[in-house]
Amino acid sequence: MLDVKIEGVLGTFVIDVDIHAGKGLTVLYGASGAGKSSILRAIAGLWNPCRGLIKFKQQVLYDSDKNINMPTAQRRLGVVFQEPLLFPHMSVAQNLRYGLRENSQGWGSVIALLDLESLLSRMPRNLSGGEAQRVALGRALLSDPQLLLLDEPLTGLDDARRAQVLPYLEKLRDETKIPILYVSHNRDEILRLADTIFLVESGSAKEKLTLEDFEKRTELPPVPRRDKS
Amino acid sequence: MGSILSDPKIWGIVFLSLKVSALAMLVVVPLAVVVARWLAKPGLRGKALLSALVHLPLVLPPVVTGYGLLLIFGRRGWVGSYLDQFGISFMFSWTGAALAAGLMAFPLVVRPIRLAFETQDSRLEDIAATLGASRWRRFVTIALPLAWPGVLAGLVLGFAKALGEFGATITFVSNIPYETQTLSLAIYTLLQSPSGDRAAITLIGISICLSFLAILASEWTMVVMERKRER
Repeated sequence: MLDVKIEGVLGTFVIDVDIHAGKGLTVLYGASGAGKSSILRAIAGLWNPCRGLIKFKQQVLYDSDKNINMPTAQRRLGVVFQEPLLFPHMSVAQNLRYGLRENSQGWGSVIALLDLESLLSRMPRNLSGGEAQRVALGRALLSDPQLLLLDEPLTGLDDARRAQVLPYLEKLRDETKIPILYVSHNRDEILRLADTIFLVESGSAKEKLTLEDFEKRTELPPVPRRDKS
Repeated sequence: MGSILSDPKIWGIVFLSLKVSALAMLVVVPLAVVVARWLAKPGLRGKALLSALVHLPLVLPPVVTGYGLLLIFGRRGWVGSYLDQFGISFMFSWTGAALAAGLMAFPLVVRPIRLAFETQDSRLEDIAATLGASRWRRFVTIALPLAWPGVLAGLVLGFAKALGEFGATITFVSNIPYETQTLSLAIYTLLQSPSGDRAAITLIGISICLSFLAILASEWTMVVMERKRER
């Protein structure tokens, strides 16, 4: 469904990626600074690799050989970063409506899925971290994306908030049919959410793991587990 | 004092100055927004050159800027001779005074707006792009509203500067009562004549009041906007 085969240079290391993500939730797993976010940014069209091919279903998003580089605004991707990045001068409702497209999900079902009804009239600065991240997820969903890119969406939250948002992500995965690419270095999250896992090590992402493989290989890479209690 | 304040000549001068500054800002602020946005883009080629060009009126002697305008927009100037065919002339007219004031104020208007763009989180526009917003929509709905305090600061600063402009104006459009004689020029003229002291002091008082009011108005607008945002 999603094919990413790219090479690029970013600062001191080389990005070399060859992944194929299918239905469900695919995780890019690796330590901080391994290049996970750059891969995601390349798929979103926010960073241009040196060469390669990015294809989603039958649509070419980026092809260095044919000089194709579809603008971000046309790629129909929902992106959520570590920080919610809500537009600070708009209310929650205005944020949610920003990219709204008539879609199969529908306004009502997204509001219900993420429990956003009570937040609609609030301003972003009056939201807790977990609430803001839910709004960010809703905003991405309402733009009717063909693919969701989530870049460590829970990392900025403390344990309690993370526990609150995690069930919403599970619902998102199960109730919408949108494929999700999920960047994370948190084992617990991955064990709960992942269908497929790709290992990212110093810019290179090629090794594919199933959930069973992943559970067995506990030595896998240096996992900064600051949430360990 | 009362008799001077009721003198229609005085208010004619004040009105002309406000008219000149208002026209100058009307043209300069949108232009400054475009240039500032450009200058705030990281890694743009020719940025240093553009920035130097924008700041030139700030460091040049105003007389030089005024003379430059005369060379370009004078009846035989490069642009002036062309415009003359259509009956448009800046020479000895209040619109020329606005041109001089606008040019002199330009760097002061660009600066705060540029700063406002530069300090914005560029990822907000990235997010807007992923939500399908075109470049223009991102600019109008995200970048510009968030830069609004900078635009306002530039406007007030530029307006005050335009109100007080002297050197470039007198060189370019001369000092013609009721046409190009703005506040500063009038004060200067009055101070040259032995009987002009009282009228000069009145104008000085008015110009202090105007500048003060402009700054007060911008402070007040900031407070209102801040409150609206905190809702």
